[in-house]
Amino acid sequence: MTHSTTTAASRGGDTGTAVQVKGPKGPSRGPASGGKRAAWLLAAVVVLAILAGASLAIGARGIPLGTVWEALTSFDPANGDHAVVHARIPRTVLGLLAGGALGLAGAAMQGVARNPLADPGIMGVNAGAALAVVTGIYVFGVATFSGYIWFAFIGAAVAAVVVYLIASLGRDGATPVKLALAGAALSAGLYSLMNVILVSSQDTLDRFRFWQVGGVAGRDWSVVLPGIPFLAVGAVIVLLTGRILNSLALGDDIARGLGQRVGLTRAVTALGIVLLCGTATALAGPIAFVGLVVPHAVRFLTGPDYRWILPFSLVAAPVLLLAADIIGRVVLLPGEVPAGIMTALVGAPVFVWLIRRGKGAGL
Amino acid sequence: MTLAPVMEQRRGRLSLNRTAVLAAGVVILFAVYVLLGSYTVTIPDFFRILAAHLTGGEKIPGASFIVMENKLPRAVIGTMIGLAFGLAGALFQTMLRNPLASPDVIGISYGASAAAVIAIVIFGASGAVVSGAALAGALAVAGLIYAISAGGALRGTSRGSAAGNRLVLAGVGIAAALHAVVNFLMTRADIRTAADALVWLNGSLNSANWDRAGVLFFALVVLIPAVAVIAGPLRILELGDDAAAGLGVRVNASRLALVIIAVTLAAVATAAAGPVAFVAFLAGPIARRFTGKASLPASALVGALIVLAADYFAANLAPLLLDGTVLPVGVITGALGAPFLLWLLVTANRKDA
Repeated sequence: MTHSTTTAASRGGDTGTAVQVKGPKGPSRGPASGGKRAAWLLAAVVVLAILAGASLAIGARGIPLGTVWEALTSFDPANGDHAVVHARIPRTVLGLLAGGALGLAGAAMQGVARNPLADPGIMGVNAGAALAVVTGIYVFGVATFSGYIWFAFIGAAVAAVVVYLIASLGRDGATPVKLALAGAALSAGLYSLMNVILVSSQDTLDRFRFWQVGGVAGRDWSVVLPGIPFLAVGAVIVLLTGRILNSLALGDDIARGLGQRVGLTRAVTALGIVLLCGTATALAGPIAFVGLVVPHAVRFLTGPDYRWILPFSLVAAPVLLLAADIIGRVVLLPGEVPAGIMTALVGAPVFVWLIRRGKGAGL
Repeated sequence: MTLAPVMEQRRGRLSLNRTAVLAAGVVILFAVYVLLGSYTVTIPDFFRILAAHLTGGEKIPGASFIVMENKLPRAVIGTMIGLAFGLAGALFQTMLRNPLASPDVIGISYGASAAAVIAIVIFGASGAVVSGAALAGALAVAGLIYAISAGGALRGTSRGSAAGNRLVLAGVGIAAALHAVVNFLMTRADIRTAADALVWLNGSLNSANWDRAGVLFFALVVLIPAVAVIAGPLRILELGDDAAAGLGVRVNASRLALVIIAVTLAAVATAAAGPVAFVAFLAGPIARRFTGKASLPASALVGALIVLAADYFAANLAPLLLDGTVLPVGVITGALGAPFLLWLLVTANRKDA
């Protein structure tokens, strides 16, 4: 009791005038007012920009920021430092793109599935991509990141469509529970098929294990560029669904009462989600933690309004991914720890701390 | 109105009968597993082998070894881990009221996996050491998750699902970190060690032996009666924490007891055979479909059926298709369990299936 009163009081003090301007008490869960949330979002964008710069500068060979700027504005091919900076651009861009895509997709997925366990992988995307990549290695002898992307993307898309179709069968259409169960079931099945191949072929395992960890290193423009159109379309679709997700969060019946065409809107949102996380997985491999946890963490700032959760996730997720990638470059010199590993190792303690604070992690 | 109690009674009897059918199914499948397959034993021979083994009498060359050192311990461990996973999954799903909850999702399997892979890859361990590491890892991670979620619960609201939600979220966070550790170690290991670790990670009965069966048996002798004791409060907890408290259930104590029992069940089973995919997740829904209501004994029996059937396939049929590769049983439970769950989902006419 004492605890909650204190928070309420301090919160009132913090937000001050903005709350009064807004007039009657808004939804009691909203921890910050609109203006304050916008300020936080701006701060996150600034942090992201700083991290992007740091991602160009930091690594096995550190480059001063001034030289980074020179390399970007007046590139000199003969300068070794400039070449290093240029080599770091694709992975930085990929970190931004994949992180944003996963955060956005994760937030939307939790809204569609109304389940805190729902990450983008729940639609079968990671499993479909993984099985397709393993098949590509085993059957077609593929061995490069740019060779994997189309296998991964097609595998992810097919798996997601199958999950959606299965969940849509039956009287009541694709309900959240059926979506989640169908996704979990199909994922388990696909992973098992994948393991049949991996257990019988050591060569395949040897290549696949390096894709499996997920990361942004070793990808050049031939990996990054093909993904951009898919990501752009997916991001536009999902960013437009904030209001829809808000009404879906109230339950299908209420959403229907509010005039939503629940089946259609859910299908469109799912399409956006699959474009985003399918492409991200194709480009960077399975980076599981980002899409699951960033939206939860973001909720502590934004409250339950998806019109805020979505843009916050879009900015906060690449912050996590870039930070993880940068830390991964320096913790194990001269080697690197892939970003897919570091996101979980860096993100998990933060996430646990957020849960410990015990404020509403509900949906 | 007057019919209602009769109907209720009839439904109760029906599900009891169905549970008996499941139990009979486990016995039959166990017999099929031991007697038939790529090596067939007649029933008289089986009892002769068993008697000879127990009394130290004359052994039948070949047959004695295959039955006593391979088929029988495999079947015994398979049955027991099936029971344990089935029960653990049903307990988690009921307690957390989340159909996605199972030891795999809650992080316990990953605790076991991470500890086992560390033991295999870094310390070059095998056999009982790996099992011990897995057990310790599972229990440590479960304790960590519970500590994280319980700390908040003490000063949190009394809303029923809040504590459960925190437990789930903490599990998800820890699971992701451990999963990353496992994947990273897999890239750092020698490829042969990585292949060994992969077999363990899939859950396999290939290294079943009597020592392991004995340890598992004593664990279940303690845990299964404990489940029977806790089943009553569990049914009341399902009504929500507030209602349960109103009915005189000590919510926090009951929840803690439930978590400890469910976690230990999953942990001992995982230690014995690795995290066999999907059994814990699947047993509850199948049992509910078959008996018409959520039932712990039925879930346990379904778990045993799944593992026995899957390992029969893995040990006898899969090698014919795959040039002699004996697949880990967990590969089969996933590959065959998934379509089955999808079929359940599609044909279910109840929303909560």
